Amino acid sequence: MADVEIFKHDILIVGTGLAGLSAAVEAAQRGKDVATVSITQAYRSHSSAAQGGINAALANVAEDDSAERHGFDTTKGSDYLADQKAVLAMTEQAIPRILELDKLGIPFSRTEDGKIAQRPFGGAGYPRTCYSTDKTGAVIMMGLYEQCLYHEVPMYEDRIVLSIGEKENKIKGVVAINLITGKLEIFQASAVIFAVGGAGRVFKDTTNSWHNSGFGFVLPYFKGVPLKDMEFVQFHPTGLATNAVLLSEAARGEGGYLRNKDGERFMKNYAADKMELAPRDIVARSIQTEINEGRGCGPDGDYVELDLTHLPAEQILSRLPQVRELAIRFAGTDLIEEPAPIRPSTHYTMGGISVNDKTESEMTGLYAAGECSCISVHGANRLGGNSLLECCVFGKISGVSTSEFVEANKVDDDALEVLQKEADEVEANIQNLFNGEGSEDGFKLMAEMQKVLSKNLGVFRNKEGITKAQETIKDLKERYKKIKVKYTGRIYNWELARLYMLGGQLHLAEVIVEGALKREEFRGSHCRTDFMKRNDKKFMKHTMAHYDVKNDTCKISYSKVDLSIWEPEERKY
Amino acid sequence: MMSEQVIFRIKRFDPENAEQGSYWEDFKVDRKKGKTLLEGLFDIMENLDGSLAFRFACRAGICGSDAAYVNGKYVLACQEQISFYTGTIKIEPLPFYPIIKDLVIDMEPFFSKIRAVNPFVILKKSLEKEVIQSSEEKELMGNSIDCILCGSCYSSCVTVWTDPEYLGPAALLKAFRFVRDSRDAMTDERIGLINGNHGVWRCHTAFNCGEACPKELNPTEAIAYLKRQAVKKRFSRLFGK
Repeated sequence: MADVEIFKHDILIVGTGLAGLSAAVEAAQRGKDVATVSITQAYRSHSSAAQGGINAALANVAEDDSAERHGFDTTKGSDYLADQKAVLAMTEQAIPRILELDKLGIPFSRTEDGKIAQRPFGGAGYPRTCYSTDKTGAVIMMGLYEQCLYHEVPMYEDRIVLSIGEKENKIKGVVAINLITGKLEIFQASAVIFAVGGAGRVFKDTTNSWHNSGFGFVLPYFKGVPLKDMEFVQFHPTGLATNAVLLSEAARGEGGYLRNKDGERFMKNYAADKMELAPRDIVARSIQTEINEGRGCGPDGDYVELDLTHLPAEQILSRLPQVRELAIRFAGTDLIEEPAPIRPSTHYTMGGISVNDKTESEMTGLYAAGECSCISVHGANRLGGNSLLECCVFGKISGVSTSEFVEANKVDDDALEVLQKEADEVEANIQNLFNGEGSEDGFKLMAEMQKVLSKNLGVFRNKEGITKAQETIKDLKERYKKIKVKYTGRIYNWELARLYMLGGQLHLAEVIVEGALKREEFRGSHCRTDFMKRNDKKFMKHTMAHYDVKNDTCKISYSKVDLSIWEPEERKY
Repeated sequence: MMSEQVIFRIKRFDPENAEQGSYWEDFKVDRKKGKTLLEGLFDIMENLDGSLAFRFACRAGICGSDAAYVNGKYVLACQEQISFYTGTIKIEPLPFYPIIKDLVIDMEPFFSKIRAVNPFVILKKSLEKEVIQSSEEKELMGNSIDCILCGSCYSSCVTVWTDPEYLGPAALLKAFRFVRDSRDAMTDERIGLINGNHGVWRCHTAFNCGEACPKELNPTEAIAYLKRQAVKKRFSRLFGK
């Protein structure tokens, strides 16, 4: 039997970004025995890199804004693949949730009358994005982290969850590796919330953190929980061309222009009305089209420019200090004086672990919230400012749901037995990696996966490219069986951890590819150049990927979209 | 053409082989325009030595995971361009902290001080219905809200080195953030918390913290403000104001 340490809590949250911390604070306020476990130290999660803001129809700036209008914009932005009642629930709860955050001392930027300031954002009919300069994610996360300190929530850090313990479709807890001791640990819990963030790192050029591997997505999947709509991946229009670090949409919200090599504001040819503030999928495609058609800038013509030079320096310094700093540090350009080179970069995973609007998955006791979940409130394309919102609203809801769940359910007697068995399996997997054949190099396989996905499942897709990716991923899955982890020490063994996770990432890549291949239409972020129209008759449905244990591959089925509030129409801006 | 490769001289420590102690090891890393120190460390992990341990996350200077001591300066490895360095690049974990492995340190001494200053807003009763804070009031907190808890300042502080109980620059900057927050009801109690034997008066105004901060914050100035407030509080008690 594997040598393990055992921890027990009623509610365990995997991940400490905005969703995880929202859940933790809610459960703690309700006096529950709740703990978090995270791959990083608790404050390092990637919500901190979200810059521009968080949407709520507070109507502090535009008086006639409403939750209903916010819901409509979100649904239209989603190209009608979002579930409409869930969307409206989110936009309605946005208002009290932001006011609640304000009372926790989050330092939002303010209006002249001392209320929370709001700025325009892409795809929104009104200025409804609340912000704190361009560090919104960081300050909210800090505020919630501080609340966790107030409530003395136990936070287990430097740990990677490697498996779920489950029996008869009921969760018993998780198995993790503690990087600091190198030992496996069992976390027994009646309710587990997955809040592990995005999966940008299955692609090559991504705005995501090193830790957004997507591995957390496949743990529930391997145990029977479906992944929903994974083919919908958002490419942020303005990743820095040098290293894909995000320059916030706030830069355009504050009035920034996009220009091609001729200095032309090319968005007038794609979205004459909304221009640079069209939704992200449209702006990303427009940029890529300019590049593909030879109007990109630079010696290789592989980027366009984000131009703020017409804005007063004071405005840039006071509202976009971090955007400016990032461009200086990573591209060597000061936005006050010159434009920055940008191009679309993999940014956000619209799909995820399939859950309902209470954040419940199909497995009893397993919940998911934030980017790794899919309710769906973003459908085929997410609007800027709605991701932090989803985390704060549904993170809190998952705290409510799990609190109620643990009140009604006792710990199972067989939990430790199930988890110990699971730990033994994880240990066997680790030993297999240590003792592998070694004819393949794991990190090279990882790079190949990222490259083939970025090349063939990027802003534009077609059958030929996706099929190529399908073959490559299948091949990589076979070759993965021949890798070897060379360093066999246990403590802080990132070679082991990253290559262990690669096994799961390849399955996630497969789910993305299979969904994209079968969805023969153009909807939101999923632009099939061989099927250039949205096809509501055939594809107004969610893709559901189930793990097929026998064949070690995925099986695609579909589920209904909730269209009960707004009638789908053509999406024009 | 600049040379194709650069030497990373890394201070290493393997807890599974602790009797060996700390030692230096050299690695050759490809130099490429735009490449950061953090990317160089990943090159080593993936191609040369999988045992190399370091912390990382956002790689954009926002999360504070990868503070290190490089050629005698405090930096975030992710926002340092390799091309800016000439000669060997000496990389060490942040001084003063207990080392877990290689560049990974035990930050509990740092976080225990952060917790000690009650780092959370206790809302004024008058704001329970609706929070109103003017831009001017918000500005009082200044850039103290931008601290990313990377731990560099704590490592650089001469007082921390001589008095391990000293709260240190980051925790005091955190205290300043709440003292300056117009919404907070606990100002007096907060001044009490930082006014003790291991509080603000231990700061010798060496300014190391400001120099070490990768976000260009100035804890020394914040500490000076807290000292003034502590004096004011004492005087107001003496003269009944």
